[in-house]
Amino acid sequence: MIGTLTGFIDELRGVGVPVSMVETIDAMQAVESIGLGDRVGLRETLRATLIKNLRHERAFETAFDVYFATVLPPGPDSDAAGGSDPLVDSAPRSAGPNEEFDIDALLESLLHALESFDRESLRSGARSAVDQLAGMEPGRPVGGTYYLYRTLRRLDMSALEAQLMEALSADRDLSDFERRLLREDVAARLEELREEIQEEIRRRLVADRGREAVARTLRKPMIEDVDLMHATTLELAEMEAAIGPLTRKLAARLARRRKRRSGRLDFRKTVRRSLATGGVPADPQFRHPRPHRPEVWLVCDISGSMATFSRFTLQFTHAMSAQFSRLRSFAFVDTVDEVTDYFGPGIDFGSALHKVTTEAEVVWMDGHSDYGNSFEVFLARYGSQITPRTTIIITGDARNNYRPTRDTSLADIAKQARAVLWLNPEPSSYWDTGDSTMSQYGRHCDSVHEVRTLAQLESFVEELSVPGHRAIV
Amino acid sequence: MEFETPHAVGEALRATNYLPDERIAQVVYLAIRLGKPVLVEGPAGVGKTELAKALAEVMRRPLVRLQCYEGLDEAKALYEWNYKKQLLRIQADADHDWESIEHDIFSEEFLLERPLLHAIRSPEPVVLLIDEVDRVEVETEALLLELLSDFQVSIPELGTIEASSMPMVILTSNNTRELSEALKRRCLFLHIDYPDPAREKEILEARVPGLGDHLADQIARVARSIRNLDLKKSPSVSETIDWARTLLALSIEDIDEAALNDTLHVLLKYQADIEKAAKEIATSAG
Repeated sequence: MIGTLTGFIDELRGVGVPVSMVETIDAMQAVESIGLGDRVGLRETLRATLIKNLRHERAFETAFDVYFATVLPPGPDSDAAGGSDPLVDSAPRSAGPNEEFDIDALLESLLHALESFDRESLRSGARSAVDQLAGMEPGRPVGGTYYLYRTLRRLDMSALEAQLMEALSADRDLSDFERRLLREDVAARLEELREEIQEEIRRRLVADRGREAVARTLRKPMIEDVDLMHATTLELAEMEAAIGPLTRKLAARLARRRKRRSGRLDFRKTVRRSLATGGVPADPQFRHPRPHRPEVWLVCDISGSMATFSRFTLQFTHAMSAQFSRLRSFAFVDTVDEVTDYFGPGIDFGSALHKVTTEAEVVWMDGHSDYGNSFEVFLARYGSQITPRTTIIITGDARNNYRPTRDTSLADIAKQARAVLWLNPEPSSYWDTGDSTMSQYGRHCDSVHEVRTLAQLESFVEELSVPGHRAIV
Repeated sequence: MEFETPHAVGEALRATNYLPDERIAQVVYLAIRLGKPVLVEGPAGVGKTELAKALAEVMRRPLVRLQCYEGLDEAKALYEWNYKKQLLRIQADADHDWESIEHDIFSEEFLLERPLLHAIRSPEPVVLLIDEVDRVEVETEALLLELLSDFQVSIPELGTIEASSMPMVILTSNNTRELSEALKRRCLFLHIDYPDPAREKEILEARVPGLGDHLADQIARVARSIRNLDLKKSPSVSETIDWARTLLALSIEDIDEAALNDTLHVLLKYQADIEKAAKEIATSAG
């Protein structure tokens, strides 16, 4: 048992979840006090002792499935002290795919299980579905996504959804509103089935190839380390969910720092106060610190290659907008337009972004990035409004499609502004390769940052707010 | 109060009208068994504070609550010397030599107990609720470390005060900032999310007497539907309870679009959210 647990913890550390020695000991003690009896108990126990951050839960779930997937409900013979490891799969396997397998019967029983939402029959349904439909081949080094896909395709989930809708609506005519509720209900049930099937596939993979090997193929980067440019839709959704707490955290940190700074000594007031103590300045008075109101302008490349990234920077900045008294945003492809008004308070981010891409005038010629022209137009149109308190943050990959860089306008912008910062979503090793002109623009900027992941975005904003650092914002 | 299984903990909590899911029962059971603090995290209004209250009732212990806020310091959380009383003591005893007075005024008689000290000095064990711990500064957070790991408090003038009884500690956090690793390491972690419709229905039935089965079911499902939308502030459990009461008072037995639109302001508190939800929910696409 200790072997499995340490292997499990090693795996967690391997994916990047920090697990300390103390927590390991806690987990061992906790497991000892609850016993290995039931699986849910074990999972919650390990979760409570080892995972201290919501962002690590996904990694935990995957690792748990792999390492403890084979724990079945307690049997009388599962004794850890004996020679056999209780965690090893002892489930009776049904025979492999056979010719006269009746898929309709399986579908019917699954439908029945979904309708009554009975977990036991759902599980056994999932088991026979994997048996018959996944076509698993022993020894292949895969993570099981393919098997899952194959099983789901052959089950025909959309037909299942329609049938389930029909069965649950009980022949009534539903209003749109009721239909929506029902659809969500159905979706939740089908998701449950999908999870059962995935779990079953993992269980078999583990039995086939061993835990370590399966865990290795299933390893995924933590959400804060996922590359923004190459994220899947699912990862994007997760990141967006992570942005909210991130900005709140940063906002809290910025606010705290500001509070601590006290003003200069107010001599007049101190002397006036000292009259009460016979001329002894016992109670020094200070001026109120001048509120620091940074002005942030965000200039985003929203051309096709940058679409995902600009969405994130825009969303992030607008979540931060409560912090900055004057936040303006601009978008450009080959010319630039101000988009601040699309993101007013109370406006839904998704629809605002849609407006930006359809209404803002960011394309002048052919819709390929032209940094030179964009900066020139920017300078001509908004240059007079840049003050020494304006911090300009430019996001883009600096890929100029081999057009002239015309970087003098950026130099002029930088002269007028307090600071120009550049966020580049490409790995720094790619800069200046091909049509990237990062260093030509970079030399006019106060700093250039590689921001490919949420973690890097977070540390960039944190750097801005660290005391002692050159005040940029 | 001893509990044999997580299930027993769950049942006991259930009896106080707090309906825990498997995870909550398991973590609470562990916390009792191992004597470790629990850090409860989750969105606002899912019953984090409520859990501590229910637990106090179940364990038949008094609840000591420390509400955290920015600027909370030792003097308000832990202890403070009652300096007015000390001054009086010095004046009253002007003839005595300093040594004996000094010894005297730094004794327990002049100590003002604040919630944390009270929790560990109490002769009978208590449930200590440290609410919204993410609001205090990092420095103040460090204060808690000694208390949470060793259940003791060091007062320079008096020495170390050890707990006379083991408090059951619950910390809650809305996750506005990352808590320090040191604090997290000392706690069991429990994330409470919005309940699934089945559990929410149970909660509604327990909290709103007279609510029909059909209506409770509908409310729970509408709540899930609305929480799936991307809103500024998703409805909390307490808001769905309010909504259930409203519907009951208006004697609405079946929620249709009109009823929903009329009462949506109970569930959602931002105009933009209300408009969005009203628009979205009327379309059948999920």
